[in-house]
Amino acid sequence: MTLISFDWALVIEKLILIVIIVLTTLLITLYTTFGERKVAAILQDRPGPNRAGPFGLLQPLADGLKLIMKEEIIPTSASKWLFILGPGLAMTASLMTSAVIPWGTDVHLFGRTIALQVADINIGILYVFAVVSMGVYGIMIGGWASNNKFSLMSALRAASQAISYEIAMGLALIALLMTTGSLSLKTIVADQAAGNWWNVVYQPLGFIIFFICAMAECNRTPFDLPEAENELNFGYHQEYSSMKLGFYLFAEYVNMIMSSAIMASLYFGGYDLPFFDETTVAPNIAAMIGVGTLLIKIVLFVFLFMWIRWTIPRFRYDQLMNLGWKTMIPLALFNMLLTGTLILAKL
Amino acid sequence: MSIIQILFFALSAFAILSAIMVLVSKNPIHSVLWLILVFFAISGHYILLNAQFLAIVNIIVYAGAIMVLFLFVIMLINVKKDSEPQKQFLVKLLGVVAGGSFLTLLVALVKQTAQIQGRTLLMKDGVIGLIHPLGKALFNDYVVPFEISSVLFLSAMVGAVIIGKK
Repeated sequence: MTLISFDWALVIEKLILIVIIVLTTLLITLYTTFGERKVAAILQDRPGPNRAGPFGLLQPLADGLKLIMKEEIIPTSASKWLFILGPGLAMTASLMTSAVIPWGTDVHLFGRTIALQVADINIGILYVFAVVSMGVYGIMIGGWASNNKFSLMSALRAASQAISYEIAMGLALIALLMTTGSLSLKTIVADQAAGNWWNVVYQPLGFIIFFICAMAECNRTPFDLPEAENELNFGYHQEYSSMKLGFYLFAEYVNMIMSSAIMASLYFGGYDLPFFDETTVAPNIAAMIGVGTLLIKIVLFVFLFMWIRWTIPRFRYDQLMNLGWKTMIPLALFNMLLTGTLILAKL
Repeated sequence: MSIIQILFFALSAFAILSAIMVLVSKNPIHSVLWLILVFFAISGHYILLNAQFLAIVNIIVYAGAIMVLFLFVIMLINVKKDSEPQKQFLVKLLGVVAGGSFLTLLVALVKQTAQIQGRTLLMKDGVIGLIHPLGKALFNDYVVPFEISSVLFLSAMVGAVIIGKK
């Protein structure tokens, strides 16, 4: 029986890791929605949600309960299977990114060395790209299956926006990969943690391009054209109700967290705590410090996302496309050229 | 059967089933979605061959970008079931015969190719599809065609921006 010749301990270890990561992500997401409302309230000089529990801390639970209790409606003219598939796909794609993010250094438990990363594949960052491009299908399928003109328009907008900004994002990434020389996220983070400067020092322009593109990929304001309510009512999830709508709304926040984690890993040292030598403490404690550091970096990025959302008004659609094709792509190409020249000059 | 064989047959069955669904689906959108699944199955095969780079590029380029454009066009032209042209029986029959002959030809060709006769597939431990050997091959043995094609791609991209500027 060759079937059972796996390393079962490894399978169980990875399964536990996946469950922990997914649950933690969902929990953080829950409180990101709360954080968004609070940040919006602070920026607009009002108290925000403060009724459910102390400081309104139980508000996300109330919101979730409300969503679940709503009636499930599948429009009669909708394409039923695709209508159900859409939100599921959006959620799956956004959670799948977590597989390649290194959450910390190795942990030693029960005589085993456990890597705090689900899969260290040598094409890690390309995997992220593949998953991001799959996320578009969640929106497109949902928008089309609703059989509603507004949803369809918004799905088309979302897809064209995602494709346009993916190009600039990829070009910004190429420049980064030229300096790191590896596509594995684990190697990229480990290099930065080994006492070198963070990649943002070498790639400031690349980071800005990547950040703007990530914001566009997450459909966040000022790039939230797919759900521009004054033009499209509510956007691609207009026909959705109950937890299917919840999945779409949740997926946006999960995307935000995941892209924050990716940006932190690529440009800001991942789990590396600056000015601190991890070798001076026990490996397990160092790993925990690493996880905490990465989480703090993620929260800071998420806050930046929210800050921008509640400060800058939405673009017009042609402005969005102009920015993507005529500013971002040439800038990214220039950045690539500059990086290449500098690397050649250094050699 | 080893786990790799099981995966191989499962993926192959999945690929063939999805490919058949592409053909028999009445709705063009459903066809495109099944085609995406075919690409996923093929990427699965690439992963079995340890060609991770090819697998992921297949997903990014074909399943991610090209299929989105397919969906785009079909959604925008909004093909209705009843507006589809109805073909005559004879035309359909001819199509089946032509397609069947082509399939026979392909199978015969693959079976007779000298390069693959009597050779087993390099499962799980080949390195040719990984990014390092691939990069070395592209930049050493095939550097001229590679550079020419990348200039071609770059000019296509610049062309798109220029057309957009008008």
